Amino acid sequence: MKKSVFFGTVALVALVAGAASASTLDDVKARGQLICGVNPGLTGFGAPDANGNYQGFDVAACKAVAAAVLGDPMKVQYKALTGETRFTALASGEVDMLARNSTWTFGRDTELALDFVAVNYYDGQGFMVNKSLGVSSAKELDGATVCVQTGTTTEMNLADYFKSNNMTYTPVNIADDAEGQQKFLAGACDSYTTDASGLAASRATMPNAADIVILPEIISKEPLALAVRHGDNNWGDIVRWSFYALVAAEEYGITKANLEEVAASTQNPEIRRLLGLEGDMGKKIGLDNDFAKRAIMASGNYGEIFEANIGASTSIGLARGLNAQWTQGGLMYAPPFR
Amino acid sequence: MALASDPPKDGFRLSMLIYDTRFRSITIQIVVLLLFLAGLVWLLHNAYVNLEAKGKDFDFHFLWTRAGYDLAQTLIPYSNDDTHFRALIEGLLNTLLVSVLGCILATVLGTVIGVLRLSHNWLVARIMTVYVETFRNIPLLLWILLMGTILAETRPVPKDFRVTEAMKAAGEEPKASMWLFDSIAVTNRGTNVPAPVFDNSLGVVDIGWNLPVSLNALAVIAVMAASFWGWRRFMARAKAVQETTGRRPVTWWPSLLILFAPIIALLYALGFHLDYPKITKFDFTGGFQMLHSFTALLIALTLYTAAFIAEIVRAGIQAISKGQSEAAYALGLRPGRTMSLVILPQALRVIVPPLISQFLNLTKNSSLAIAVSYMDLRGTLGGITLNQTGRELECMLLMMLIYLTISLTISSLMNIYNKSIKLKER
Repeated sequence: MKKSVFFGTVALVALVAGAASASTLDDVKARGQLICGVNPGLTGFGAPDANGNYQGFDVAACKAVAAAVLGDPMKVQYKALTGETRFTALASGEVDMLARNSTWTFGRDTELALDFVAVNYYDGQGFMVNKSLGVSSAKELDGATVCVQTGTTTEMNLADYFKSNNMTYTPVNIADDAEGQQKFLAGACDSYTTDASGLAASRATMPNAADIVILPEIISKEPLALAVRHGDNNWGDIVRWSFYALVAAEEYGITKANLEEVAASTQNPEIRRLLGLEGDMGKKIGLDNDFAKRAIMASGNYGEIFEANIGASTSIGLARGLNAQWTQGGLMYAPPFR
Repeated sequence: MALASDPPKDGFRLSMLIYDTRFRSITIQIVVLLLFLAGLVWLLHNAYVNLEAKGKDFDFHFLWTRAGYDLAQTLIPYSNDDTHFRALIEGLLNTLLVSVLGCILATVLGTVIGVLRLSHNWLVARIMTVYVETFRNIPLLLWILLMGTILAETRPVPKDFRVTEAMKAAGEEPKASMWLFDSIAVTNRGTNVPAPVFDNSLGVVDIGWNLPVSLNALAVIAVMAASFWGWRRFMARAKAVQETTGRRPVTWWPSLLILFAPIIALLYALGFHLDYPKITKFDFTGGFQMLHSFTALLIALTLYTAAFIAEIVRAGIQAISKGQSEAAYALGLRPGRTMSLVILPQALRVIVPPLISQFLNLTKNSSLAIAVSYMDLRGTLGGITLNQTGRELECMLLMMLIYLTISLTISSLMNIYNKSIKLKER
């Protein structure tokens, strides 16, 4: 009996793994649909709207890739993945790419056999508490009960932070952001910790947002990146350059609105190459030369996507900060299209 | 082997493998075996090739690396500097704790409900029917979530227990208060009860593997066992005296003395007192805290499984012929004693085999623990460790092996018990 269970598992893993062997680009084209792993519910980054359509900053990256590869930003099937299931889903071929607030770390890049192709949001881990607690710094959280999403880097950073500050805490391991918010609001934990952007997004949806403070300490570096499976380098290139097309577009002032106009009039060789008017960039990665143009048309350039989903004018109200263009003192820096 | 004495006249032909009944069953078995082995080789090869393609190997060394995460409920000492293996053991112990307690409570509750369901009191019997039908027809996960939500949402947050100077001055009462002379506090996070403390503690010894054993607890257990043994000896002697002289010596005060004086003396010597939970900055500290994640899971598992056990108990009782209880009544036994002396011992034979599978179910169902953030084996090994190390195949296989071992152990223990209560056939 032991044996049959063992081999049953091997069989299952073998079958699942078998599905992932062909080239991802061919799979996506044959399917006519991109399968994108996203957050099950983090307002602003990836969450279904009132009509059940996924919207958000991460979701826009999926749309750009779908537009670049398939010519239609709507040809995406979204798979909601928890922190615990996301990497297994990607590794087993259940999704083609991951745009789900996933931190790029050494271990994940190597041991988990993933490739993080481009950072789409530079973040750091923070803490959120209720004002009535009278806490103004994370250093005052000694003895607190802290809600943390299981299977995340935040879980490890939390352990490290409390250890290095000689403090103790009681972890409450929760499966996803929605559960974390609910536990935090019910007072089952004193503090909720996740990426600062996630905290801002969560707070925006809370009924008593004004009573909640995000503590000033940022305890980690969290470069949230788009991830693909290790080994399919061409697919990695497609996702990487589809995303960088958005970043470059912002740098050169190309927006969704003026795209056609710029394409018709520009003499700048870099922009001409980016938009496929010169050279054959697209062909080199197995697409056509208009791929970047279509990616930008999907939801606009990087700045437009940021402002529309999580920027200052939205309820989440995040400042560009580290995510501004390098020309504006930020870290967003697209390598040259050459 | 009588057939062997009658050899066929012709030599062996290949078709005999199919048409000759002497060989056919062997032929079929060999073919099935070959197909099975071929399938196996294909699966193993496939797994190997795919692991190779992903650049992943198959080894368990990750178990000895630093875990780096913290757990809320730990039965043996644990810190994030310990290994993944230690975290696995913590998870396993949490699984065993909730399963063992769940099995005991579910059996007690299930037996009571099963018996009451056969009650002649119409109302009681109907209420039990409603209980059974409600609990066993709604998925367990929903019950676990419901219990977790009830405990988290209906109980006050810890700060509601706080009495500030301003409130004292204004004569205000806090929003929530503790129970039983300010000793028990049930917040929305856990149940805080007083914990025993020894001022003249004997200390702890480490028995290796960072497993501390409290000498106080050992001393208390030893003294209590000795008292009990002494009391048994005393009662046996009293009985002997009664049988020889016909006069029973006074036993009540020596019994009390033997049973309680040594333990009270020991506790006094050790400086025993209770450490009451007190509200501090964030939560209650001091005393002992039982987290609601554990309570909710235990309650849900117990209530759910008890519904099934109740039906098994009812079936067992109804399997006993009515003549048995009529005979017992004819002998003058009251209904309660009839049940405990005549019916239940016989019913156990029918009850125990299906009870085993309920125990197995409860143990396996405890893996739904993550729904209320209880860190069991699936939460540590199959959750955080799997996710942080990326060793899906290894973790899954190990977890399956552990659950299998637990199940087979429960099953064999219960089978031994079943043998002991089985009808003795002579």
